[in-house]
Amino acid sequence: MTRKASSTASGIGRVLIAVYAVMALGATARSLFQIATKFDEAPLAYLLSGLAGLVYIVATVALIRSGRGWFRVAVIAIVFELVGVITVGTLSQVDSVLFPADTVWSAFGAGYLFVPLALPVLGLIWLYRVRRAEGRR
Amino acid sequence: MVEWFVWVQIVTAIVAGLGALIVGFAGVKPNDYTLGATLLVELFLIIQLVMAIIAPLLGNVATGSALEFWIYLVSAILIPPAAVMWGLIERNRWSTVILGVACLSIAVMVYRMSQIWFVQLA
Repeated sequence: MTRKASSTASGIGRVLIAVYAVMALGATARSLFQIATKFDEAPLAYLLSGLAGLVYIVATVALIRSGRGWFRVAVIAIVFELVGVITVGTLSQVDSVLFPADTVWSAFGAGYLFVPLALPVLGLIWLYRVRRAEGRR
Repeated sequence: MVEWFVWVQIVTAIVAGLGALIVGFAGVKPNDYTLGATLLVELFLIIQLVMAIIAPLLGNVATGSALEFWIYLVSAILIPPAAVMWGLIERNRWSTVILGVACLSIAVMVYRMSQIWFVQLA
């Protein structure tokens, strides 16, 4: 017990980090492919997809690192994702040209088994529990 | 891609994934079974890699974007070893759950790869 572990990276938080890492890899790689090969078809959607990938990377790193600053970064990144998946999910139902079906947040993340919708909710619950547990100490 | 092998891969990954999730949440640390199953999933991915190199030479080509297929395949190959490393370094129940998450991710990715190969229209 000599080293101080990051509280957001303990217990089931590790699983959350693993899922975020997979999403970061998947969303970033896919959006790079889309931006490289068919950017003209839906520039806004693919740019947002790339941004989503970057935010997943930020969230992954922020959950691994410890400290108040990183905790805040994690909250911001995860809230951004929740807003993103709900906004783009809704827009993709309304305007299928601007937002085609093959981005990470389209149709509320249906192409990724709704993981993009579930993940920010679980993430925020986890951060809330960590904060409450730390408040008691 | 060869369709029956795709299904072998997907079923193996789902069984390995669900198994690891169940025993992981039950509190089991990574053991020979869960680590071995994850390595089996990786072995199948490497076989798929070899098949994907050979298949186009025999006239079995992807109907969708070959580049997209390869991005998926290479990404997928990186995941199980990372999860196994994690399971060897940190020996607790959550590492077993992570093995499960990794295997289930592979099942989804292989399914996507098969869609790109067989039924891509765009």
